[in-house]
Amino acid sequence: MNTILVNGDPLEWKDGMTVRDVLTLKRFTFPMLVITVNDNIIDRKRYDTALIPNDASVKVVHLMSGG
Amino acid sequence: MSSHTTETDYPKFQRCEVDFTQRTEYLDGLEAMKAAHKVLKEWTFKPSLPQQGYTNRTLYLNVGTLEVKEKAVTQQMKDMFIGGRGFGMWYLWNAITPKTKWNDPENEIIITPGPISGITQYPGSGKSLVVALSPETEIPIDSNVGGYFGPLLKFSGYDSLEIQGKAEQDLIVFIDGQKGLLRIEEAPAEPLDSHVLAEILTRMYAENDADRVNISVVSSGAAAEHSLIGMLNFSWFDKRRGCIRLKQAGRGGIGTIFRNKKIKALVIRGPEVKGDMNHPVDQETIAKTGIKLHQELRSNDPVQCLMRRNGTAHIIEIMDAYDLLPTHNFQYGSHPEVHKIASYVWDQRCTQRTTDGCWYGCSMACAKGADGVVLQTGPYKGHRVTVDGPEYENAAGLGSNCGVFDPEFLLELNFYCDTYGICTITYGTLCAFVMECYQRGILNKERTGGLEMTWGNALDDLAMMHQMAQGEGFGKIAGLGVKRMKALFIANGWGDAALINDIGMENKGLEYSQYMSKESLAQQGGYALTNKGPQHDEAWLIFMDMVNKQLPTFEDKAEALYYFPLWRTWFGLYGWCKLPWNDVAPSDNAKTAEPTKIPEHVQNYLDIVSAMTGKKITSEDMLRQSARVYNFQRIFNIRMGKGLRLHDHAPYRSQGPVTKEEYESRIERYEKELRDQVGVDPTTMSLEEKMAATRKYRIDRYEKLVDAVYTRRGWTLDGVPTQARIQELGLDIFPELVEIVKAHGG
Repeated sequence: MNTILVNGDPLEWKDGMTVRDVLTLKRFTFPMLVITVNDNIIDRKRYDTALIPNDASVKVVHLMSGG
Repeated sequence: MSSHTTETDYPKFQRCEVDFTQRTEYLDGLEAMKAAHKVLKEWTFKPSLPQQGYTNRTLYLNVGTLEVKEKAVTQQMKDMFIGGRGFGMWYLWNAITPKTKWNDPENEIIITPGPISGITQYPGSGKSLVVALSPETEIPIDSNVGGYFGPLLKFSGYDSLEIQGKAEQDLIVFIDGQKGLLRIEEAPAEPLDSHVLAEILTRMYAENDADRVNISVVSSGAAAEHSLIGMLNFSWFDKRRGCIRLKQAGRGGIGTIFRNKKIKALVIRGPEVKGDMNHPVDQETIAKTGIKLHQELRSNDPVQCLMRRNGTAHIIEIMDAYDLLPTHNFQYGSHPEVHKIASYVWDQRCTQRTTDGCWYGCSMACAKGADGVVLQTGPYKGHRVTVDGPEYENAAGLGSNCGVFDPEFLLELNFYCDTYGICTITYGTLCAFVMECYQRGILNKERTGGLEMTWGNALDDLAMMHQMAQGEGFGKIAGLGVKRMKALFIANGWGDAALINDIGMENKGLEYSQYMSKESLAQQGGYALTNKGPQHDEAWLIFMDMVNKQLPTFEDKAEALYYFPLWRTWFGLYGWCKLPWNDVAPSDNAKTAEPTKIPEHVQNYLDIVSAMTGKKITSEDMLRQSARVYNFQRIFNIRMGKGLRLHDHAPYRSQGPVTKEEYESRIERYEKELRDQVGVDPTTMSLEEKMAATRKYRIDRYEKLVDAVYTRRGWTLDGVPTQARIQELGLDIFPELVEIVKAHGG
């Protein structure tokens, strides 16, 4: 099965999958994120276009806010 | 994750059309109230401005004996305790004994702004810390608050105000920092409730309309004197609205002490505020650093948290989406009706583009206000008022946690908490507990005196609050707080004691604030391993732990529970607001080694402190400064007969599913945990067996976390700072501290 890891959890990968797709699937709505795909930082402006390769490790670090 | 709201669900912003200058006025009878004042004491002082952040003297006032005096701020105080919460803890330590109770005359209320407080160049620099022996927890409480009182106190000439004693009649203490005059006045006629009292006193003590901005009032309200959950309101005058606004020192019942001392209000008249009144060593660095953050807020806030638009309410629907919004007494983390109280509702209901900074120069300006609210219940029914908020905690605590999803009722609950002088967070959690007890038959209509405390019944919720203000009925019982209600219900034989203890969300006697810690072990520690009780201002680690999965081991979690409480303590030593630290981030923050710490902002704070005092400090210095006060406070707790491991126990509702419904609502998560972590096959187990296995696993993990955190903090496994740790911090210069830790095996 084609999978990627998002913060260590498996997620089914699809051809043409973007960072935005991952955020939508994971319901990550918090606005202050630091996202890396295979350790490369993805700028917020590229969320809609940055493609995620199969087997990628995606990290979506939520800054704290709160409190 | 919840499926209730998504980013695309949010409607476009609409402008609030309410006339924000119109509201009910309360100035009739002002002259008669003033004429009824009787001056008990006049005392003069020489006003002065701080040098390098300190005035180097504090003001002591005994409202019982009417003694007023100045105390010198020693270099040792500055070195060991810095200011703010540190000064408060030091003065309280010296004022009370291990036998002191909260309502003894020797208990104090100490208000301290901190050495950077009052600068106008950097957002979030106007905070004060209030410290006292809490009626709820019976240990020291610290509560941070905006509003003008603290900075105006400092610009009048004092780094702290220390209040001791108990008066026999209601008093107002007036400090005129322009004329160098302090007056203690008997004040029998003014009402107690803050939205009325602060308006009257602002008008009474200002010499003309323009002078109103120089007045700040500290007050409480009617419910504070009939409950243990009283809070203090700190006012500032909102020029554009033409009214007073209120910020709250909410947690731990300090307003209850205020009223027990028969203080009706503290009023300060400070000098006109200018940008350099702290007289820093390097004003230019402070100005440059401030400009950098102002620009960052202007460019980044619109695509980040929208703090300038919505304040902390921006996270309501986000917490719901991440299953973290406390719902029905922390049973669940989301609710289908949350869209009715989501940030876009408040965006429309709160007045936009007006003065919403609770101190000069704060361009984050998150103190939102809903204008034109016409009240539907209580003594002010029909009045048109401005409500400060709702902030996130109010919306979550008074709203979702009690099942109230009507925004107008939520505003009314928020309003009455404020004017009655009770903490919105505490009230929200205790009301949610009452409602769950009602749901489960622990309470019923007979036991509540006729109140139907069903989820979402805002009218009876308000009725209970009005009873609290009158000191009557079930409201008076609720005002004791969750810890004492639990004991009372159990003593009355009203339900299963184990269940009552599991669902009562308090630790150390303080009610939990409004985040779901159930699925984040680090946050369970972030709440229960605190000095004062479960407030989120020590460590908010849910995203790091539960979502980002950056803290996989006990040691990782312990490191976070070492660093962040010290970092957040530091804000309270100096007089900073936390929000500009991490509710906006620089554009290149992602490229830093530790983006969750917002390193550029950390450096901003270090630069400003260095520029203020002339003494260069580093991140290591910061941790050391905080660790001194943090460990001092822990030992203070031990001195008061608490502060040990048994006091860091957490209610199971904060750790896992108490009821079958809770378990089933997240069955996938819990069964995965049983399979992957516990190593059992849930398909072969009954529901009761699965819940018991989950409970055993989670409590065991919490105890392992406690071991790891205590070790990292340099404490024994009973939670006592070791002698080596206090020597390392230089706290061994205080022999009593050494004796206390030795006596407890430290």
